[in-house]
Amino acid sequence: MNVNAVMGRLSGRSKSVKPFRTSPLLEPGEWASAPDESHGITLYVEDITVSFDGFRALNNLTLYIRPGELRCIIGPNGAGKTTMMDVITGKTRPDSGSAWFGQSIDLLALTEPEIAAAGIGRKFQKPTVFEQHTVFENLELAMAGNKSVWRLIVATLTGAERDRIDEVLGIIQLGERRFERAGALSHGQKQWLEIGMLLMQDPRLLLVDEPVAGMTPQETERTAELLVSLAGRHSVVVVEHDMDFVRAIAKTVTVLHEGSVLAEGSIDQVQANPKVVEVYLGE
Amino acid sequence: MDAITRFPGSVLRSDRGGSVLLGLLAALALIVPVLNLAVPESSGLHLSTYTVALLGKYLTYAVLAVAVDLVWGYCGILSLGHAAFFALGGYAIGMYLMREIGARGVYGNPLLPDFMVFLNWKELPWYWHGFDMFWFAALMVIVVPGLLALAFGWLAFRSRVTGVYLSIITQALTYALMLAFFRNDMGFGGNNGFTDFKDVLGFDLHKSSTRVALFLLTVVALAGAYVGCRYIVASRAGRVIQAVRDAESRARFIGYRVESYKLWVWVASAVLAGIAGALYVPQVGIINPSEFSPVNSIEVVIWVAVGGRGTLYGAVAGAVIVNYFKSYFTSALPELWLYALGALFVLVTLFLPRGVVGALTARRKRGSGVSVQVAGGAG
Repeated sequence: MNVNAVMGRLSGRSKSVKPFRTSPLLEPGEWASAPDESHGITLYVEDITVSFDGFRALNNLTLYIRPGELRCIIGPNGAGKTTMMDVITGKTRPDSGSAWFGQSIDLLALTEPEIAAAGIGRKFQKPTVFEQHTVFENLELAMAGNKSVWRLIVATLTGAERDRIDEVLGIIQLGERRFERAGALSHGQKQWLEIGMLLMQDPRLLLVDEPVAGMTPQETERTAELLVSLAGRHSVVVVEHDMDFVRAIAKTVTVLHEGSVLAEGSIDQVQANPKVVEVYLGE
Repeated sequence: MDAITRFPGSVLRSDRGGSVLLGLLAALALIVPVLNLAVPESSGLHLSTYTVALLGKYLTYAVLAVAVDLVWGYCGILSLGHAAFFALGGYAIGMYLMREIGARGVYGNPLLPDFMVFLNWKELPWYWHGFDMFWFAALMVIVVPGLLALAFGWLAFRSRVTGVYLSIITQALTYALMLAFFRNDMGFGGNNGFTDFKDVLGFDLHKSSTRVALFLLTVVALAGAYVGCRYIVASRAGRVIQAVRDAESRARFIGYRVESYKLWVWVASAVLAGIAGALYVPQVGIINPSEFSPVNSIEVVIWVAVGGRGTLYGAVAGAVIVNYFKSYFTSALPELWLYALGALFVLVTLFLPRGVVGALTARRKRGSGVSVQVAGGAG
C-alpha cells in the first residue's frame, strides 16, 4: 500500500492526527513514523476485552509502553499474549476498550497495513523471508517509500537508501551474507533478517513474538544483544517463554494471566510475587 | 550483483544465457538472408524460402513463450489462455492483410473481403474501418490484447483469483473467444478465418525478399522482447514481482499493491503475445479460430516448462526445441504427436524440473564447484 495513501486516510479519519509527510520518497532519518509521545507513552492499551465464543481471551487488559522501552510479556499458554498482539496490529477487533498509538492515532480505527505504515512492526513466530531473494534484496523489498509499479520499474537505489540497507545489515550482522539467498540462511539468521526487514520500515514500536524459539544458545545470545540494542531508538515488546532469555534482556516484565495483567515489575520482583509463583513460575 | 538497471545495456552484463541468445539471433540475422537470397538455388547450401518462413514461425512462438515465462516464471500466474492474445494480435494484422487484397480477391470487390461478399454482406462492419491503414492495424495489435488483458486482469486479480482457479478461467477465456470467432456473423471469416493474403505495405508476400524481411523483423522482435522482459525482471519492480510469486500475502503485508503489480505484468505479457501473433500471421499466411483452441495455450506452457521457466532464454529454447520436434513428428508420425507432447511434459516435470537450460547450467555450475541454486516459486 502506498504510504501517502495511508497517511491521507489516517489524517482523514481523525482531525487530531499530525500532518504527515507527503513527499513520494522519505529520506533516511525521516523514515521514523512519529506518534505523538508528548505524554511519555508510546502505546496505550486500556480495558481491552476480547471474547471468542464466550471465552474471554483478554479481560480488561490495560498496558502502557514507554518510548524506547524494552518490555517482556510472559504468561502461561492461553494467557492472551498473542491475542494482545493481534489487537494492537489490527488483526483482531476487541469487544470493548481502546488502543492508541501515542496521543493521536486510534489503532482500533485502522486496518492492518495502515497500522504497519503508521509505525508498528510485528515479527511473527515463524520467519517469513523471501527465500529466493538475497539478503540484500529482502531488505530492499521491505524498505519504506513509494511502492508503486511505475516508480520501481525505473528506480534505482539512491546512495542514502543503500546506506540505510548497509546500516541495517550491520545491525543484524548479516553484512557478509548480503548476496546469499535468504533460503540458505540458518533459522536464527532468518529471524534476524526478518527483524531487519521490520527495521527497514523504521517502526516506532516493534512487537516480537517468541524470537528465540528453536534457536541455538549462541543464536539466543546474539538475539538478546540485538533486541537490547534496538531499545532506545524503538520501543520493543517481546513475548517469550524462555525465562533465561527474559532474564537476560528485560528491565520490565509484565505477567499476563487469564487475559489480564497479573503482575508488572523487574524480573526479580515478578519472580518473588506469590501470585505469579502460584500460576506460572512455581509450576 | 544487485543489478543496476538504469540502461538496458547493463541488463545483460551478468546474463550469460541472454548473451548467448542474442549472439545466436545476430548470427541468424546474418546467415539466413545470405543463404536464402545470395546462395543460388542449385547450391546445397541454399536455404529454401519455406525454411525461412518455418524458422520465422518458430521465433514468433519464442516471443509468445517469453511472454508466458514473464507471467508464469516470474509472477507465478499460470496462464492457460495466452494463445488468445496471440490470436487477437494475429487477427488484427490479418484484417489489414485482408483489406490490402482489395479488388484482387475472387469476387473482385474493392471494399469487402471475399468472405463478406460470399455471405451477401453489402457494407463493411464498423469495426473493420481503419484496418486499411497499416499503422492503425499495428496499433490494434497492441491495444486489443492489452485492453482485454487489462479488463480480465483487473477483475481477476482484484477479486484475488489465484492459482489453479485463475488458470481455469484463462482457459475459459480463450475457449469463449474461439467459439465467438467460429461464428460467421462475428465478421471475422468464421471457421475459415483469413487467408490468401497478397502483400504487406506493397511488398509481395510470396517473394523471398519479403519473407526474409519478415524473418528479420521477427528476430528483432524476439531480441527486443527478451531485453525488455529482462529489464523488467531485473528492475526493483521485477524483484517485487518475484516476491509476489513466492509469498503473495507477505508482499502485500510489507506494503505492495500486489494486484497492481500482477495486472501490469499481465498486460505487458499480453501485448507481447499480441505482437508475436501479428508477426506469425503474415509468415504462415493464415489465421483462423483454431488458434484460440485451449490446447494451443497449454502447449505454450509446455514449451516454457521444457526450456526452463523463470529464465526467459529457457522459454526461447523450449519453444524452438518442441516445435522442431512437432514439425518432425506431425509429418513422420502425425497420430503420435499428442502422445509425444504429453510424454515430454511428464518426463521434463519428473527429470528436468528446471528444464533444458536448468539442466545445462546446473551441470556447468557443478563442474566449477559453485552451489546449485534451486529455481523458485509456486505455480
